[in-house]
Formats: sequence, structure tokens, C-alpha cells
Amino acid sequence: MSTTEKQRAAQLPQKMEPRNDGMALDLDWVASVQANTSAIERRAKTLPARRSVKKDHQAAWLLRAITCIDLTTLAGDDTAGRVARLCAKARQPVRQDILDSLGMGPITTGAVCVYHDMIAPARAALEGANIPIAAVSTGFPAGLSPFHLRVREIEESVKAGADEIDIVISRRHVLTQDWQALYDEMRSFRAACGEAHVKAILATGELGSLRNVARASLVCMMAGADFIKTSTGKESVNATLPVSLVMIRAIREYQERTGVRVGYKPAGGISKAKDAITYLALMKEELGERWLAPDLFRFGASSLLGDIERQLEHHVTGAYSASYRHAAG
Amino acid sequence: MTVKEIFESMDYGPAPESAAEAFAWITDNGAAFGQFIDGGFTPARENFLSRNPANGETLAELSQATQGEVDEAVAAARKAQPKWEKLGGHGRAKLLYAIARLVQKHSRLFAVLETLDNGKPIRESRDIDIPLVQRHFYYHAGMAQLMEAELPDAEALGVCGQIIPWNFPLLMLAWKVAPALAMGNTVVLKPAEYTSLTALLFADICRQAGLPRGVVNIVTGDGAVGEMIVRHAGIDKIAFTGSTAVGRQIRRATAGSGKALTLELGGKSPYIVFDDADIDSAVEGLVDAIWFNQGEVCCAGSRLLVQEGVAETFYARLKARMAKLRVGAPLDKSIDIGAIVDQSQLDAIKTMVEGNDEGNLYAAPVELPAEGCFYPPTLITGLSPASKLMQEEIFGPVLVATTFRTPAEAVQLANNTRYGLAASVWSENLNLALDIAPKLAAGVVWVNGTNMFDAAAGFGGVRESGFGREGGWEGLGAYTRPKGKAKALKKAEPNAGEGGLEAGAFDHTAKLFVGGKQARPDGGYSQPVYGKNGKLVSQAPLANRKDVRNAVEAARGASGWGRTTGHQRAQILYYIAENLASRAEEFAARIDAMKGGRTAGAREVDAAIRRLFTYAAWADKFDGQAHGVPIRGVALAMREPVGVIGALCDDAHPLLGLISVMGPAMAMGNRSVLVASEPYPLEALEFARVLETSDVPAGVVNILTGKHDALAPTLAAHMDVDAVWSFSSSDISGVIEEASAGNLKRTWVNNGQARDWPGPEGEGRAFLDQATEVKNIWVPYGE
Repeated sequence: MSTTEKQRAAQLPQKMEPRNDGMALDLDWVASVQANTSAIERRAKTLPARRSVKKDHQAAWLLRAITCIDLTTLAGDDTAGRVARLCAKARQPVRQDILDSLGMGPITTGAVCVYHDMIAPARAALEGANIPIAAVSTGFPAGLSPFHLRVREIEESVKAGADEIDIVISRRHVLTQDWQALYDEMRSFRAACGEAHVKAILATGELGSLRNVARASLVCMMAGADFIKTSTGKESVNATLPVSLVMIRAIREYQERTGVRVGYKPAGGISKAKDAITYLALMKEELGERWLAPDLFRFGASSLLGDIERQLEHHVTGAYSASYRHAAG
Repeated sequence: MTVKEIFESMDYGPAPESAAEAFAWITDNGAAFGQFIDGGFTPARENFLSRNPANGETLAELSQATQGEVDEAVAAARKAQPKWEKLGGHGRAKLLYAIARLVQKHSRLFAVLETLDNGKPIRESRDIDIPLVQRHFYYHAGMAQLMEAELPDAEALGVCGQIIPWNFPLLMLAWKVAPALAMGNTVVLKPAEYTSLTALLFADICRQAGLPRGVVNIVTGDGAVGEMIVRHAGIDKIAFTGSTAVGRQIRRATAGSGKALTLELGGKSPYIVFDDADIDSAVEGLVDAIWFNQGEVCCAGSRLLVQEGVAETFYARLKARMAKLRVGAPLDKSIDIGAIVDQSQLDAIKTMVEGNDEGNLYAAPVELPAEGCFYPPTLITGLSPASKLMQEEIFGPVLVATTFRTPAEAVQLANNTRYGLAASVWSENLNLALDIAPKLAAGVVWVNGTNMFDAAAGFGGVRESGFGREGGWEGLGAYTRPKGKAKALKKAEPNAGEGGLEAGAFDHTAKLFVGGKQARPDGGYSQPVYGKNGKLVSQAPLANRKDVRNAVEAARGASGWGRTTGHQRAQILYYIAENLASRAEEFAARIDAMKGGRTAGAREVDAAIRRLFTYAAWADKFDGQAHGVPIRGVALAMREPVGVIGALCDDAHPLLGLISVMGPAMAMGNRSVLVASEPYPLEALEFARVLETSDVPAGVVNILTGKHDALAPTLAAHMDVDAVWSFSSSDISGVIEEASAGNLKRTWVNNGQARDWPGPEGEGRAFLDQATEVKNIWVPYGE
């Protein structure tokens, strides 16, 4: 590891927590997992009404949400210039005068998230910024390229300087209940990541049931996932509160049994400041305050930041804001 | 705290709902209220205070209604009633719709006022209570609209006295007022003394809606005012929601008055978690079960039963969840548990919990406000079924728990209670959940859920949780009666006579029929029965209280009858009819000998055979319903047998009277103890021999003969009898209602009114309704 790499790694928030080394696949445990959809939906529906955060507290929570955003661009037309602009936004996500009014020091987003070919431009743009780079990998978003190439893609991305790898699982292993295959796949991906942290994207919108989501979450954690993540953002249904509830309850149970904290990343569909607060409240209620930090919680989002910026300006000025008043990402 | 500090701590901070509009409404009304009678408020007196339990502040001064004011309210309701009923279904529907709309338009004012007065979290009053209130008025606007078409034989009862509790002040008002008004009744309603304000705001809404004067009258005050309503001669029906102790007093006070009565009382509802349940969801469900409305919920899942294998995990997760509950200012939007309604209730909770020295108590380590009536969420594990806290309602945020091993044991423990209001069953196994739900003694069962309510699904209990249903089609019976003028029933006297058996005649031994066997009366007494011609026919046994005991025991033992299929029961009823038909002439001749004439006997036997066919027909056709409740799922309104029914049969029709009550009871799966016609007892005992040859399982039907006024009190007081019916010409309706208060069994008495037994009034849905309990089983689904 080079000096800069070491430096960056030392400042990664993940370093606060021992990594999840995983465990042997425990099929009895997997089989015992249940998820009652209607009860989960009821909890998810009432949660936003149970917790409300107002005024200064709301502003503070929104600032915290920003620090948990994986600021993302995953488009076919991404260029080095586009990624540089995104990285600039990641360094300075909120206008300085707003931060000053709120009495806040500098903050950054949790990470930037790009495709493999954009790692190098991102590294250049983030030089000295202590913002980790996450790369989506393993034939993202479908994950159906040859297995050895998917593993190789991870290795390439790590070599290119990605700090975090967002892998996609083979949905077919879940749909056919082939937990051993899912476990083995995840194990291989984790091994290929080396020091880089691995987020397992379950593509929950394609798993058919919340029970499958719960079981897949558990198997990925047993296989050593540092984070579990809902979706690629490319499925028709992405992060939802019921799915989130199932996944974070799986994280909680995994911690209860192993003592290891695994992170959670809802991705796709979270675009409003109010949603961000609901998610933070969900994490605080179901998992605890430890999960309100970027080493254990991330939003996979691209337009969320803009709404938060407008809300913050409204908080400071009392007047509703407009998007053109905030720097583009 | 600075933003930076909050950024580090990530506290919630305060999120108060403004009470300004609610205070303005109180102030605009002079912060003092009189009674709402005949469309206007009487001058306010300052008799008692309405307080905010969260901080002790006075909200308003309220007046204790006087007897004179209650009289005025009843008179106003009486005067308004005929016109209100004649307004017709559509006319009433329009006004109920207007009320629903107005409640909706002022929903936040109602919610804030409710929270100020009661102490419940604003989230609950805003998201649960008030929307359900609207829903009840919309739903019953529809019932008013449909009444003439769908209930053509029903009419309003008249003036309804309604007494409601403090735990869901406006919601309980809606549950009572909406169906009463829909069916053409007028009401005199008394809110609980702690929580009168939303009822008074509702009075205001009634005026705004243009409701005719006198249709809704609201009187305020404590139990003394309630008693004035209960004892008022000008009231036709009492509907009460509250404690079992007060319900029992009301049952006694109204006994023999001819007032209709429905009671929705206390509970100690089981919350059963099987080892294959979604444990996290079941834990979360408890938050909605026992930490909903501070646990001040009659149907709260307050008795946790967990399968042994998962109990430790379950308790651990439950405790972790409890520690996350936020107790505090009810107007704060981030509060889960608000204030206990009053200091006296808080003291009662404390006394009960402190009086317990069993098990392990866990009080969640949550912050409580320094002032106001607050109590922490509490769990007590390891209690035995005998523990006081396992048996008695705490009515606070206190959950008691124990474990079970098998599904059968879960049912046994769940039903080991004097109450029977609601139950929850958590399992991912549909077979298991749908097997358990019908076995629970409860009026409502939630599968994988809890505390779900809707106007379309009836709510109410069995056992000492009361009787009657509120909501759904099944709730309308509480506010209607069959059309038609009742005639007084004359006491039927036995034939006079003297002398012994005619020379050469065989002595004929008539015995009681108990447990499928002919039984001599315990007391060893018989009485002579004379024919119309004054000659001795035979001796009839005189049953006593021990015979009642034996008969009830036999009936209780025949519980398998309730699990037979309707098809099986139909076959047996048809077979009884067949066997009776083959002896028709003999039965007819005996009836004629008792009653005189030559044709009445044959007509009665024919009517009895037809009636048996009627109930054989109904046995597999009195269907339940799948209610359209607003969830993804169904509420199945299942018709279940009441259990053991004691009935004092019509005196004038010795065979038809008996069969007319035996038929519906049997058809619906009940066991019965029938006390035969007092003046003509022999026909029933002869009929027992028909039963003996008709494959009727032992104990399903038991027949006693003797004095109705002697047997009725024993039957009505028997704790193992679930309902008592009386069609006797003896004056025993009051005695039965009075004695039934012991276990609050259902009663159906004639109040000295005659019934046309051979006619359509002698059979049909009225009997089937009385022979069944509606259990609503909520089954949410979705994968």
C-alpha cells in the first residue's frame, strides 16, 4: 500500500469498526428466518408518523444525512468531467454561507459511487479529500457476466483505487433457494476485494418476497459482506421502508449472534429530505445510534442532496429555496 | 443545543403539535360547559374540572347533570324520535354523512382536543381515533340508506341511553351514536367525566350539520349521572362500554325493566406467539397491543403467551424494543406513550403492580416527565396462570407473560380467563393460525396483527367481556327490534283434576332426560299431571337445582357437538323429524288430551316437524361473512355456537315450544338444557324418547320438567351456562336478567310478551342470531 493509500485508508470511517469476517453458512438459521409482509408494512407505514424532527434538529439531521450519502453517478454517458463535478460536490455538498449560518464546520458526503472506468478520474478529483470511492462491480447491474470476469472486475477496481466495491448478487441463487451457491459467490467476491470493503447489492425488487430478502441478507452477511444494500437503482422497485426494515432486522440479528456490526445502504428512490429523516429514524429505532454514521449507513442517491440543500436554506432564511441557488453536482 | 451539537448527538428534540386552536375553541365557549339538550346548551355550572393529565392544567369547567336535566334530555330524545325515524333511511343518511364530513373538516381540532383531555399521543388521536370516527359515521350513513331495503322487518328501539368510557372518548361516542342514529333511534349520551370535551365539540358539530333538535343529547357528569340514565323509565335501551364491575351493576339495575342492553366490558386478551412466527414483527405488534393508548385499551393484548423454545429470544428482543419507546408530552409528535388519564388511574396501576411479588419485572429504562401522570412500559415474565396480574385487567402499559409448550396448551392458557374480548395469534403457518383462531374464547381474533378496528367488522366480547357487537351488519341488531306490536302473555295454568290412574291402566313413568339417559329427579318429587278432562295422565318429575347442575354438566361434556359439521347436524335434525313423524298421531292425541279439542294436537305436531326441517335446513346455511375492511386481507365474521344454552320453553305449546328452541340451538352447534312447558310437561319427556332413537349424542339436549320460577334462578346464575332464554309465561324475565349478572351471560327473555309460535315469529334468523356468537377473525395477508 502506498503512503497516500494508507493515509486514505486510515481515514476511512470503516476503520472504526472491525470488519465482518463472516462465518460458516448456517442453513438452520437461514431456514428459521421469517418475514411477515403485512406486519412489516404496518410498522413501516407508522414509523414516519411516530418520529418527527423539527427546526434545528431537522437541520442537524439533514446535515448528518449528507455525510451518509454515496453521491452517485452510474450512467452510460459518464465522463471524466462529469465525475469531476460530482466529486467537487462531494467535497463541498452544502453552500458555505449556509454552513456558516448553521454554525457547522466542513462536511463531505460519505463517498462517491461510480463505474470502474470512472475510478481514476474520481481519484484525481478527490485527491486529498478523504472521501472514499465506491465502484459498482461484478457485471453491475444484472450480474450475469462470466463468474471469473466478475471476480476479475473486482480485482481491477481495487487495483484502480476503489475503497469500496458494490457487488451484485446472482438473484437466481435466491430465487432457487440455493443458499450455498449464494454464500460461495459472496465469499469469492469478498476475497477478491481484499482490503476494500464490500457492499452486497441484493436487488430486492427482483427477489420476490420479503422472506427471500431476509434470508439473502443473512447469507451475504455470513459470507462476509461489510454492507448489505437494497438495489442497483436500475430495478423497477428500489429501496422501500418495508425492505429496509427486513434488512436491518437481519443486521440486528446477525449482530446479536456474532457481535459484528454490518452496514446498511438503501439505494434508489430516496430523493426527498423527509425520506432521509425517516430512514435515519428507522436506523436509530431499529438498530441504534451507532448506525447513524457513514461507516455503517449510506444512502445510495443522486438527487437527494439537492432537496436537502433546499431544505437547509429554507431553515436558515425562512423562505422556500430553489434548486438553481445551489451548486450542480 | 447548537446544530453542531445535535449533529453529534442525533437527538430527536421536541416536535410539539400546536394546541392554540383547541384552546381557542374552549375559550370561545367560556371554558365552561352545560348539558347539550334538545339542540342547545344549558347554562354551565362549575361542578367539576376537566384536566390535562399530562400537566394537571385545568382545561374547562363542567356541569354535573341533575336528575331534572337527565329527564329533560330523555324527554327531548323521546319527542324527537318518531320524526327522526320517519325521516327515512335516506334522510338520516344525509345527516350522518354531514356529520362524517364535518368531523373530517375539523379533524385536527378534534385530535388535539382529545389528546389534551385524555393524554393519548397526538399520533394516535390524529391517525387512529379521529379517522375511525369518520369511518363509523360514513359507514353508518350507508346503513341508514340501506335499512329499508335490507332490514325491512326491523324498526328502531326508541331512545337509547349510552354511557361511554374515557379511553377512546370520541371513538366510543361514534361507535354508539352512529348505529343508533342510522337505525332511527335518538340518544342520550354520557361521556366519561374525565373526557367530556370532544363529546361537547361533537354536540357543536351536530348543530352545524343541521341534525334535528333532540336527536343527540349529551349530559356530563360522573357515575351518578350514568345511574340516572340506566334507571330512567323513559329509555328503551342501554349501551355501555366500561368496566366489568359497572357492567354487572347495570345488568342488575336494568333486570326486568324491559330495556335492551349491550355491554362492552373489560378484557385480559391473550397475545399468542408460536415459535414459527416472525419474531420481530410479533415484538413490534406488542407495541400496538399493550403500549397503544398507554395500555388503556379494553382489548389490549395484555397477556403474552410465548412458545417455550423462543421465549428467551423473544423476551430479550421485547426488552430492547421497550427501551426505545418514548414516554412524554402527548402533544409531541415523536411520543409513543402519553399520559395516564388521571392520577387515580395511575395510582390503580401502581397499586396492582406493586402488589405483585411473583415473576420478574422489567420496567423499561425510559425517561419519564417530572410532572404529570406517566408510567413506564413494563413487562412481567414468569407469572403463573393463577397470578392476580395474569387474571385481572391492569388497564395500563403493563404486559404480563408466560410460556406454553403446544398449540393445545396455548389454547388452554389463552382461554383460562373470565374474559373473552380479543386475541392475537402469531404464526407463519396458516394451518396453525386458522386452527387456533376459532378455538379462542373471544369476539375478535387478529392473526399476525393486533388492535385492528373498522366500522365494517363487529367488535365485542364473550364471557365477562360483555355481549353485543358494535360495527358491521352484526352490530345493527343492538339498535333494532322486529316490527310489530307485542301482546301480553297470560300465565298458563295446568289442568285441574283429581283422582288416580284409571282402573286397568298401566302406570307410565316419565323421567328427566339428562346426558342422553332418563334420570329420576334428584329430589325424588313428582307432581300429578291432569288432562283437560280432569283425569290423571301421569306423574311428572319435579327437577331441582341439582338436576340443573347435572344437566349443565352433561351439556358441557358434549362439547364435541360444536365441532360437528352443519351437514352432520342437519342429518340428525331431519332424522328427529322423521322419527317424530312416525309417532305423530300418538303425540297429537296426547296434546289434545292435555289441551282439549281434536285438531290442535295434529297441527302442533305438524308445525314441530316443519320446524325441525327448518333448522335442519339452516344448519349448514347460516353463513358468516367476509367483511370488506380497509386492509389487504379479510375480516371473517364466523358464526360460532354460543355454548351451553339454558331455555325455559313456551308453556302453551308443549311440543312446538320445546322444538322451537331446541332446533336453532342444535343446528348452530350448541348444547341445551331445556325446561319444558310447566303445565304440560309430559310431551317433552316423551319427545326425549324420540331423541334417544335419533342419533343425538348424549348431553346435546337435556330436558327438565318442573317449576319455571324455581329453576330459572339456578340456570341463570350457573357460571357454566353461556346464555339463558325464557319464553315462559311465569314472571321470571327480571329474575333471569338479575341472576345472569354473575358471569354476564347473554339473556333473551320475553318480558311477559307473547310470541306466535306456530307463525313465522316462532322461527328464523332471530333465533339463529341468539344461538350464535359472531367472531371476527382478521387475517391480513401478503407475501
